[in-house]
Amino acid sequence: MTEQLLKVEGLKKYFPIKSGIFGRVSNHVKAVDDISFSVKEGETLGIVGESGCGKSTTGRMLMRLLEPTEGKVTFDGQELTSLSNNEMRKARRDIQMVFQDPYASLNPRHTIEKILMEPLNVHNIGDPKERKQKVHEFLEIVGLSSYHAKRYPHQFSGGQRQRIGIARALMTNPKLIIADEPVSALDVSIQAQVLNLMQDLQKELKLTYIFIAHDLGVVRHISDRVGVMYLGNMAEMADTEDLYEKPLHPYTQALLTAVPVPDPAFEREEVEIQGDVPSPANPPSGCRFHTRCPFKMDICETTIPIFAEVEKGHSVACHLYEESRPQ
Amino acid sequence: MLEREKILEVKGLQTTFFTDDGEVPAVDNVDFHIREGEVLGIVGESGCGKSVTSLSIMGLVPSPPGKITNGEILFEDQDLTKLPEKKMREIRGNDIAMIFQEPMTSLNPLFTIGNQLQEAVKIHKKDWSKKQIYNRAVEMMRLVGLPRPEGLMKEHPHQLSGGMRQRVMIAMALLCDPKVLIADEPTTALDVTIQAQILKLIKNLNKELNTAVLLITHDLGVVAETCERVVVMYAGKVVEEGPVDAIFKDPQHPYTRGLLESVPDMRFKKERLYSIPGNVPKPGSIKTGCRFAPRCEFAFDRCVEETPPLYQTTEEHQTRCFLFDPKEAEKHDRTIVKS
Repeated sequence: MTEQLLKVEGLKKYFPIKSGIFGRVSNHVKAVDDISFSVKEGETLGIVGESGCGKSTTGRMLMRLLEPTEGKVTFDGQELTSLSNNEMRKARRDIQMVFQDPYASLNPRHTIEKILMEPLNVHNIGDPKERKQKVHEFLEIVGLSSYHAKRYPHQFSGGQRQRIGIARALMTNPKLIIADEPVSALDVSIQAQVLNLMQDLQKELKLTYIFIAHDLGVVRHISDRVGVMYLGNMAEMADTEDLYEKPLHPYTQALLTAVPVPDPAFEREEVEIQGDVPSPANPPSGCRFHTRCPFKMDICETTIPIFAEVEKGHSVACHLYEESRPQ
Repeated sequence: MLEREKILEVKGLQTTFFTDDGEVPAVDNVDFHIREGEVLGIVGESGCGKSVTSLSIMGLVPSPPGKITNGEILFEDQDLTKLPEKKMREIRGNDIAMIFQEPMTSLNPLFTIGNQLQEAVKIHKKDWSKKQIYNRAVEMMRLVGLPRPEGLMKEHPHQLSGGMRQRVMIAMALLCDPKVLIADEPTTALDVTIQAQILKLIKNLNKELNTAVLLITHDLGVVAETCERVVVMYAGKVVEEGPVDAIFKDPQHPYTRGLLESVPDMRFKKERLYSIPGNVPKPGSIKTGCRFAPRCEFAFDRCVEETPPLYQTTEEHQTRCFLFDPKEAEKHDRTIVKS
């Protein structure tokens, strides 16, 4: 369990903003700005944050669907960021992705069989007969039936399509699955079915998940550890219990109290934060959260806080905890 | 609490869509009412008819293919379903206003915020002077907590963030002091921290201006936080109605209970989520019996044969389930089985 499966160091993604008729690069959107973390084998790491915080960009960079501007991603002892495109394609056999929109991520002109067979063709796994058999087997595993193989995506409901998306990710027997908002397009009752399925599959197939979502309740339910992102930075990362019971970063605290709780008797403590998320093209100096932070100090405007451990397994990037850090 | 007057009453509403596949009753015999100054929530999953209900009240059901085929919507002694379009236009935006889910698509990108706000007043308050109209727009923007309202009046929607746009929409809806505000998923497109701000704003406005609010949402957390009474809809029908405390503490319909059990709670970790088996049925696909019966773990023969009526279980609480028929109550165990 303690084996590190994935290690991310100093990952950055800057998107150029072009302007003028010559498309001169005038500025950069710093979508992800220097984040580091690691994922242990068999665990689920949740990544939460509001829109524009860079959580999806991070997910895509891990698979190199987006090329990182800087930084190192090591998976299973292999440095992914230095691989050639060809080698990377082979490495993707072990890392698969589940996308948010089950309507847009399945080709409407292909049958389910063809969709599920594709990863096997790409990675040259088995002969045609075995491939077909595997398709049927995985359809059953995700709770569909083998007769569904001949159908087209439009014949399925949203929840069923997401099951197909999960089946497709599982076809190559991956070690790591990156799920980018896999349940946010689904209704609550269907969401619960898909979450339960993902948990069952994890136990059965010994999968490691990176679960990217904006719903804090869902993330708490499924994750062992959680990272909170804000404007391209990792603000806080800790074991799920720790993070939800004892959030350290003012942003995490505000985020947790902002979630409506399905219990009318529940009385929240208010840590309301003002205003909106600033633009990532022109992020605030120093700590990026200082414009909205209720505990802002002078140092926050000038110095970027370091993301480091405050307690065992609990890291935070905030000047409030500078002193409690082991030197 | 003092019994407040009913301000809007929906009786036996049926809105049908006439499609190539036949008639689809999206809203089927729905009854509910809103009292003065109250926040009423309608919850349900996609396709349950909650949005069509709100569009029916506003007289905005796209026609064709949609049509209100039965029922009454009573507002101040008038039946809105029978009003001619011209009369309806006087009520819409004036007495009953609406805010929508996606603030970007509800604002015209080519006109300034000020332009759009003032247009709304101009239509309903014909005798107001330009100055009065301008002042009213600025006053409303200040009320919904928009910073530097005078400056914003000259800006275009794309210059504003999602949360600010939704505030503009709310300001626009409140310009003419509506008696009822219909909010259709007002925070679904927003981030949680912004959602918290907008919900707080809606609650405060409801208290300060005594505007009745009909809040339509799929999020049970939002309901618990903002509403006084709740209507739960499933497949075009009201399955349960009651005060918010009762619905959350003592949910009666198996659907409501399943729904509450299947939400992951942020405050503690549930070992395993309860999940309602199967999918939401296509509108119109179930003709006889309880619409939830195919997914219900308590279903018995009668559920498939007859459509259950709404049973009054307490003074304020109603449930559309045969388990609450006094004749059936003894025969069946109502404890939920977690798989």
